[in-house]
Amino acid sequence: METKPSSRVPDISLRRRLTDHAMTGLAILTVILVLAPLVAVFGDLVYKGASSLNWAFFTQTPKPVGEAGGGMANAIVGSVLILGVASLIGVPFGVGAGIYLAEYGRNRLGSAIRFTADVLNGVPSIVMGIVAWAIVVLYQRHFSALAGGVALAIMMVPTICRTTEEMLLLVPRSLREAAYGLGVPRWRTTLSITLRTATSGVITGVMLAFARIAGETAPLLFTTFGSPYWNLQPNQPTAALPLQIFVYANSPYDDWHRQAWAGSLVLIILIVGAVSAVRYAVRRGTFGTA
Amino acid sequence: MANAAFPRPDMPGAQSLQGSKLKSVPMAAPLRQLRAGEFGDHAFALIITASGLAVIGALLLIVYELVLRSGLSWHAFGWKFFAGSDWDPVSEKFGALPFIYGTLVSSLVALVIAVPLSIGVAVFTTEMCPKRFRGSLSFFVELLAAIPSVIYGLWAIFVLVPILYKYVSPLLAKTLGWTGLFTGPFFGYSMLAAGIILAIMIIPIISSITREVLAVVPQHQREAALALGATRWEMIRISVLGNARAGIMGAIILGLGRALGETMAVTMVIGNSPHIAKSLFAPGYTMASVLANEFTEATSNLYFSALVEIGLALFLVTIVVNALARLLVWSVTRGQPVRASA
Repeated sequence: METKPSSRVPDISLRRRLTDHAMTGLAILTVILVLAPLVAVFGDLVYKGASSLNWAFFTQTPKPVGEAGGGMANAIVGSVLILGVASLIGVPFGVGAGIYLAEYGRNRLGSAIRFTADVLNGVPSIVMGIVAWAIVVLYQRHFSALAGGVALAIMMVPTICRTTEEMLLLVPRSLREAAYGLGVPRWRTTLSITLRTATSGVITGVMLAFARIAGETAPLLFTTFGSPYWNLQPNQPTAALPLQIFVYANSPYDDWHRQAWAGSLVLIILIVGAVSAVRYAVRRGTFGTA
Repeated sequence: MANAAFPRPDMPGAQSLQGSKLKSVPMAAPLRQLRAGEFGDHAFALIITASGLAVIGALLLIVYELVLRSGLSWHAFGWKFFAGSDWDPVSEKFGALPFIYGTLVSSLVALVIAVPLSIGVAVFTTEMCPKRFRGSLSFFVELLAAIPSVIYGLWAIFVLVPILYKYVSPLLAKTLGWTGLFTGPFFGYSMLAAGIILAIMIIPIISSITREVLAVVPQHQREAALALGATRWEMIRISVLGNARAGIMGAIILGLGRALGETMAVTMVIGNSPHIAKSLFAPGYTMASVLANEFTEATSNLYFSALVEIGLALFLVTIVVNALARLLVWSVTRGQPVRASA
């Protein structure tokens, strides 16, 4: 795997050696240029966000325009509500479709579903918003957390579906055969043996999908719409953390900018926390497969 | 499949039971058991197939709703919708050209910046980086993908745009002003700012897929080049990049697909002005951002319909772009799943 430093070979012309060094330098430069914004974004988030975080941020609802103070408590709760609705709809469909692909999907329909899932993965999130608006908001005649949940659920399905398939295929065939040998019906085998064995891998997929939709704003703009009040009902307009950040960032008030940074820090901690937990689980090899 | 290869094990047992002593007992008991198992299998297969079909159903639903809701605008304007550059909701004149132009130009700017950087990072990670740092380097690059769009927008408003305004734009105007791309007044909110923030957002996608494509280049290709006396860079150029060309193209197109549909960050810095200008210093408007800004404010049915039609156009373009990219990446990685979203 390791390649020897080729510049040591004696009869390589100076020009070629210099080109080699120059290209290595360029590659290192690209890495620095790519990591710079990462460091800058996280640095600013921590620096500007942490100084704006306080107790009120987690306990109060937004104050009316012109009054200082207030927090995003209702937006945090709203986000949890929307993400809960999305997971309730998206996870069963995603895992189910993944099981189909892994256990029944070695045929044309399977390939079609696989391709569709990949295509769905690339559909812009704002288009999902339009669709959820058309199928939920238009019938309910008002904005609701449910509509946002539907939009996010459709976005979750492809990711969960493909990772579930991958993880189920990792489960050794002999395990399935052992179960069949004991007279366990196929559905039981799939649920209690195959899926059970791949549980942590499937959860990885779910967490990845969750991290992806947790920060989505575009599909919520005209589905959950946002709200300055507390709301725990799925069929009512609801505040959401990303929406609140968007509104506050575009506002002309310094206090709102401050809160937008604080909200972003909370959101990123949520997401990076989920992604790192997944990464850690993958590193430690906590997949159920032997 | 598995059932055919491994017949149900309770069958022989059941047969010997009836055969040996209990001839008079009807076969109902073991048969019922068998049927119960089969019923479970059938029901399970049905449910599972249904959720698989739901994936296709979701895509069809998207197409159906978009086509249905954009009908009004389609009947009113036809193809002219995509050629008209007037966007005047008050007098109900709708032309999508400024948005199409803004989407294409901001995505192109993003690609021009992101492609060299992403390929450089991918090459460094797979070919040059010491093995022990490989994992963490790719983790950090992929962390860029975990930052939500709206946070990029916030950062761009308060950090990137001021930097562009103070330092970058005077420099660009002085050195590259003759191209006509960097002329005119610069207020920060511009096509340029949108392109840069988009570039940062698509770098992790392009570089992670490029990395996967580079990783499947057979090791003996590298060894062959080195054995012929190539330097490391020559080896990379000839064996690695040469072999991975189609896959890298796919990665770039996948990045383009993401850039075309990106909404929040772009909406926050592009300036949202539906006019076509050659200079990247001028504000613009994209298809996704006009949806984000005006959808809840649309007052008439025709206005709504025109917005949905923009959504439909955006959807179709990203579908085509993504399908093309998938085929290219598949042709290199031979059907192994590529985790674009991770």
